[in-house]
Amino acid sequence: MDHLDRLEAQSIYILREAYRSFPNLAMLWSIGKDSTVLLWLTRKAFFGHVPYPLVHIDTAFKIPEMIKYRDEIAVQWDLNLVVGQNKEALAKGETFVNGLDRLSCCKKLKSDALKYTLDGTWARRKWNPYKKVWEDELNGAPYTGVIVGVRADEEGSRSKERVFSARDEKSEWDASTQPPELWNQYKTDFAPRTHVRIHPLLEWTELNIWEYIQRENIPIISLYFDQGNGKRYRSLGCFPCTAPVDSQARNPKEIIEELTSGKFKDIAERSGRAQDKDGGGTLEALRKEGYM
Amino acid sequence: MQRLNIVITGHVDHGKSTLIGRLLADTDSLPQGKLESVKKMCENNARPFEYAFLLDALADEQKQGITIDSARVFFQSKKREYIIIDAPGHIEFLKNMISGASRAEAALLLIDAKEGVAENSKRHGMLLSLLGIKQVAIVVNKMDLVNFSEIAFTKLKVEYSEYLATLGIKSDIFIPISAREGVNLIEHSASTPWYQGPTVLEILDSFKSVEEKENDDFRMPLQDVYKFTRDNDDRRIYAGTVTSGELNVGDEVVFYPSLKRSRVASIESFNTEVKTSVKESVAVGFTLETQIYVRNGDVVARADQSAPKVSNRFEANLFWLGAKPLELDKPYKIKIGSAQSTIYLEEIKRVIDGDTLDRADEPSVGRHEAACVIFRVHDLLAMELFAENQKLGRFVIVDEYDIAGGGIITEVLDQYTTRRTKALHVNDILVDKASTSAEFEEELFALLRKHFPHQFT
Repeated sequence: MDHLDRLEAQSIYILREAYRSFPNLAMLWSIGKDSTVLLWLTRKAFFGHVPYPLVHIDTAFKIPEMIKYRDEIAVQWDLNLVVGQNKEALAKGETFVNGLDRLSCCKKLKSDALKYTLDGTWARRKWNPYKKVWEDELNGAPYTGVIVGVRADEEGSRSKERVFSARDEKSEWDASTQPPELWNQYKTDFAPRTHVRIHPLLEWTELNIWEYIQRENIPIISLYFDQGNGKRYRSLGCFPCTAPVDSQARNPKEIIEELTSGKFKDIAERSGRAQDKDGGGTLEALRKEGYM
Repeated sequence: MQRLNIVITGHVDHGKSTLIGRLLADTDSLPQGKLESVKKMCENNARPFEYAFLLDALADEQKQGITIDSARVFFQSKKREYIIIDAPGHIEFLKNMISGASRAEAALLLIDAKEGVAENSKRHGMLLSLLGIKQVAIVVNKMDLVNFSEIAFTKLKVEYSEYLATLGIKSDIFIPISAREGVNLIEHSASTPWYQGPTVLEILDSFKSVEEKENDDFRMPLQDVYKFTRDNDDRRIYAGTVTSGELNVGDEVVFYPSLKRSRVASIESFNTEVKTSVKESVAVGFTLETQIYVRNGDVVARADQSAPKVSNRFEANLFWLGAKPLELDKPYKIKIGSAQSTIYLEEIKRVIDGDTLDRADEPSVGRHEAACVIFRVHDLLAMELFAENQKLGRFVIVDEYDIAGGGIITEVLDQYTTRRTKALHVNDILVDKASTSAEFEEELFALLRKHFPHQFT
């Protein structure tokens, strides 16, 4: 067993534990490489099936290729896709491009949209893979378990996460009152109106993700690769706040070289994400309020 | 590259985060700009720079200067990759220390040379032994504060060795260091000419990865049974993670405690070559030649190998982290392997506190205490002694919604009978009802299978 086999086995165990413990389970799919690996691991865990809906929060500022890729994969893999959006903030123009500060924009378009999509307060747009049509769901049941692809090596507050991490009624995270988590036994019991975030990728590094993508030949969105202009994205987000990096890597193999011996050996992955810097170098303030 | 999980434990302020911060800085394991940005932040706030700030990323921790939760830090030596778990030393955050330590294969235990052996130095030593971590090195930090005195070091070594011996831990690895000054972390220092033993990095590289044992009998806690009907998939797949041994297509398997049997028809997987055999640590799924009804949590073994132990009573060493004490005869939930059941504390044999003063005749086990206890379980469970099979010999106790304690099984006791149970406690009336409903469930399943056979093929 090599290190990727171990990581894979542990993540599959966690996904199966989540699936058997939470009747209303969903997975967040940001279209990025990490949650796409998580989607692949789901198919591994459940022998080709994806037995829970995938929630995507569409801020309306996503790089357009992301939406195209999302809808193509959804059709190809028969996914139950659920899309949430803060329509009110968008209608009122309460966004960074209209003058709002970055952190408030993240809170409205991502954290709030996520919170009210998960708890069913806001309408969910659902892709029906049987009829091949989009449908609106009103008053949907709250998701009590939510699988998220965060990794401990991304930034400080994520390195302190539990694998099964409780969120209170307000979707908030209190790092100082986390219950213990022992061996491979996780928090699978939860109080009414709370939910649990499940993090199967905590022990994966950015490098592990790319090694696994290469090994499994997972179809990853092309924004991560240089398309001929000497630029590629290392981390995906909204276009006003996410910058591509200078790089000629065209495939997972070349990205792995860049990370192990090349130009990105000692450069943080989220260095192209502006909201981290506005938070004083940590995402903790955002994450307390429900950011992934 | 191989990876090893290491936990760093010890009393509050004995310098765990400083040690890790310094190791990261001295081995060039920090992302570019991190050291500079933390130094700049200190400058802006008119505070002296400390290596611990590199780790204590949570805003609250920087304000208070203590570690609240176990951070995972990725770190690489020439030999392999490490996840270093920085466990909090403050008693308030013991649950976080244990959560971190339970993921580790080896441990460093830090003791402050000046302050000496403190309450949590002892408690952490005891918990490491309860968690089953056998590779432990003791790091005596802040040697600069005692002028790198060999006498001070030796005195501390003798004192703590005696304590460890009472726990049955034999560790002869003691390293004198100064994390702040980088003494004996990567290279030997001229400050301690009397010390010729290994440096911290050499010790880390000498720890062994917990190895898979080839000869153990096959065990797999049944995590779930899947029947996904989509795309006309008619497989009924028995899924779980192999905890030991090997399973092959054609092997006869027995489920415990239900004693149902069948033969493995196929081993299932997605995006791999067809498999005919699986080994320890793999998350697998298999189909059977006959369709049998078994519960999640049953332990699967091979008919040609040994059986796991089955009982509803056992003796255990336990540590308790719940806000409310662990009480006699109150229903709790046990999780062991993939099984869950209701559990009652039958007897507290003794309570062991941080200073190893054993106390008998206690009415309950309080927060942060360890104890030797007897539990009885509502259902029969398949289990093992921790000393023989760690993964099936350890369990957690859930109080309300949270894990409140963990333990290891030291002795499997004779089953209690229903008759005896009835005489004992009111609670057990619930138990009897529950077991009746389990039987009902099984009968219902048999009827469904008889009358709607197409659903079960």
